[in-house]
Order: sequence, then C-alpha cells, then structure tokens
Amino acid sequence: MKKRAKALPAPLRFLLVFAFWVGVWWIISAIVGKEVLIPSPPVVTVHLIGLLKTSDFYLSVGMSVLRITAGFAAAVLLGVITGVLCAVSKTADALLSPLFSVIKATPVASFIILALVWINKELIPVFISALMVLPVIHGNVREGIKSTDKELLEMARIFGFSKKQKLTRIYLPSVAPYLTAGVKTCLGLAWKAGVASEVLCFAAYSIGNKLYQSKVYLETADMFAWTVTVIVISVIIEKLLMSLVVGNRSRKRYDNSKKTEKVV
Amino acid sequence: MITVKKLKKSFDDKIIFNGFDLSLPDKGTYYISGPSGSGKTTLLRIIAGLDTDYEGTVEHDGVISYVFQENRLIPSLTAYQNVFEVCRDKEKTTYLLKEVGLEADSDKYPAELSGGMNRRVAIARALAFDHDILLLDEPFTALDGEIKKSVISLIKEREADRLILLVSHDESEADALSCERIEFR
Repeated sequence: MKKRAKALPAPLRFLLVFAFWVGVWWIISAIVGKEVLIPSPPVVTVHLIGLLKTSDFYLSVGMSVLRITAGFAAAVLLGVITGVLCAVSKTADALLSPLFSVIKATPVASFIILALVWINKELIPVFISALMVLPVIHGNVREGIKSTDKELLEMARIFGFSKKQKLTRIYLPSVAPYLTAGVKTCLGLAWKAGVASEVLCFAAYSIGNKLYQSKVYLETADMFAWTVTVIVISVIIEKLLMSLVVGNRSRKRYDNSKKTEKVV
Repeated sequence: MITVKKLKKSFDDKIIFNGFDLSLPDKGTYYISGPSGSGKTTLLRIIAGLDTDYEGTVEHDGVISYVFQENRLIPSLTAYQNVFEVCRDKEKTTYLLKEVGLEADSDKYPAELSGGMNRRVAIARALAFDHDILLLDEPFTALDGEIKKSVISLIKEREADRLILLVSHDESEADALSCERIEFR
C-alpha cells in the first residue's frame, strides 16, 4: 500500500513557490543578458535597499497609500449606500444600474484622461481608485441584500423583529461575506488603477511618478524595485484590512452555507 | 379566534381551496390532517399573513407564533440568542431551553447542533414569543421518542389557554396533544 506524502507546512510551501518564481525570473534575466531589459533579482534587491535608504521613498509611498486608501474608503462607503438603495428600491436600481455598467465598461485610461481635464492632478488617483472600486462594492452589497434568506425574513416578520433587529441579525450577516469578498477583490484593483493614474497624471510624491521617472531614465532595476514595493504594500494592506473586517468572527458563526436546516 | 370564509387559493392550475370555511375559538388544540399537497401548510401561511395571494376572508384576533416546517434559525446567533431575540427575557429563555433539554448547548450555533436540537430551539423560540395563537407545522420531526414526549407535555402545559393549530403527518402527535381533528381531502 502506498503511503501518502505529508503536506508541507504553509510557510515552507510559500517559500518554495517564491524561490521557484524568483529562480524563473533569474533564468530569464540571464538568458536575455541585458540588465536594462530584465534586471536580475540581486540587482533589483540592491536598488530596492538603496531606495529604502532615501526619505523620498517613504514620502512617495506614504502619499500613494494615502491617496489610494482615501479613494478606496470613499468608494466602499458610497458603494454600500448605493448597494442598499438599489436593493430596496427598484427605481433607484433602474436609474443607477446603467451608470455602473458604463463605469465598468469604460477603460480606466479614458477616465484618467478625462479626470486630467476635470480635476486637480493630485486628486486624480483618489478619483480613479474610487471609480474602479465603486461598481464592485455596489454590486456585491446589492447582491448580498437581495440574496438574504427569505425564510428568515418571514420568521422575523412573525416574531415582530424591529428594523434594527432585521438589519443587525439578518441583513448584515447576509451581506458580510459579499462585502468582504468585494473589499478583497477591490484592494488590488484600487492599487493597480491608482498607480496607473499616478503614472499618467504625474502626481507629485507618488509611486506612479517614480515608476515613470525610472522609465524615462531607463532605470529598469528601479522600476522593478518600485513594482516590488507596490506588490508588498498591497499584500500588507490586504492582510491588515482582512484582519480588521473578519476580526475574531469565527468561520462557523458566519457560515451562511449552513443556513436554516430543513428537517422534513 | 380564527375565522376563514370562502377561501379560494390555487397554485397555477391546481386548486387548493375552493370556498373553504373554518371557524376556531380562542383556545383549543386542533389537528389538520390530509394528504401531501392538500393545503395544510398553505392554510397556516395564509392565517399567519405570509401568503396574501388568495380570495376570501381570513381573520384572527391574536398574536401568532409559528414553528415553521423548517427551523429558520439565524445562523450567526447561538441557540440562546435565537430564543432571546424574540422575547428579550433572560429567565424565560433559560427556562425554555432547559425544558427542551438544551441547557448545556445554549451557547452553540445552529451549525454546531444536530437537526433534532435545532428543531427544539425553533420550538423554544415559538413558545418564548408572547402569543395567543400557536401554529405548528410538522413540529416534532427529527425529535426522538423521549424528547418528543417531553416537548409535547411542555406545549400542553404552557399552551392550555391558547389556540393551537397542528399540521403533522403523524397522527400519534395529534393524539398526544389531545387535538380535535380537521380533515383535508
């Protein structure tokens, strides 16, 4: 009888996968043989350490984080409000649905160029991040409310639940998984769109601006170092936010897959 | 008191009620029997005001509590919280959970309880709610012999002065609750 191989611990598995892809990067870099096209991992690491020693790095990172987080937070807030509104009002849904469809279908570059005409360039990353996040959060919240268990709502009606009880006991637990999934998806989206808009609008003290300058001066290693920075910050923010959103709620408690059990 | 006059109800082409009349007093225990699809659950839903798509008159003069065919417990609340939520009375909640044999499991969530345990929470919740009329739709399904007996005697003891309407496939449950019968065909 064959023995099943023991699964590796998660951190070790992560390290091995990470090492594998760094290895692939290194091999490709060696094959290309030109640091200006694809710099090797050690060269990028040296550049990244160099950047970490400058105050400019922290100012740029801080300002980018501030702008993108502000856009993200505003979109989450607005998305929750419009999502609730559209779930409870058919008129609001009919009016707002085409708007969100247009936002989703329009290329982000079009919005960035339009925003360059409309608003202060320092605010463009805030606006663009918000615009990319808004339809997703709106859609998820709307869907979460619409998929609330009708049987639980009937139960609430029979037992005379107040509006507050319905909201906190039935609607919020129903929306929470949808909102959490939306927030998780949108963090990456906000970062990508936010940095892209920084590149195109030359926002002062921004990661996007640094990326653009690296490209202009053909500092490919710097470009890679800034990209690594974006990825690391995005992962850190995602972990932080998820720990905040999910908190200490046990999975079991919020497991809506096991809703009310039918006994007949 | 429940009064149903000339009730007409159909699902697509299937007529469930065609001029059905029913009059029940303020208290008493009644058992609705009949084959599957004869409209037993539908009648309970109409009386409770959950189904309003019918013709005729349905009136009642009291607050309704309901043990649904499904448990309909809130998954994010414990057994205790599910009961407490409808009465806001700690003593009553603790007493009823003890009476249905769930004192030790009151801090567990529905996903952590068996089907029978969840059924008992649903019954305790219906009894905890301040009501005049109790609608029971297959309430004892998934309950074992001894537990079923103790839950039935709890209902008999607490609901003696109220109106109970029971729907069940098991006639022995109606006998145990000393019900008068209403036959559906």
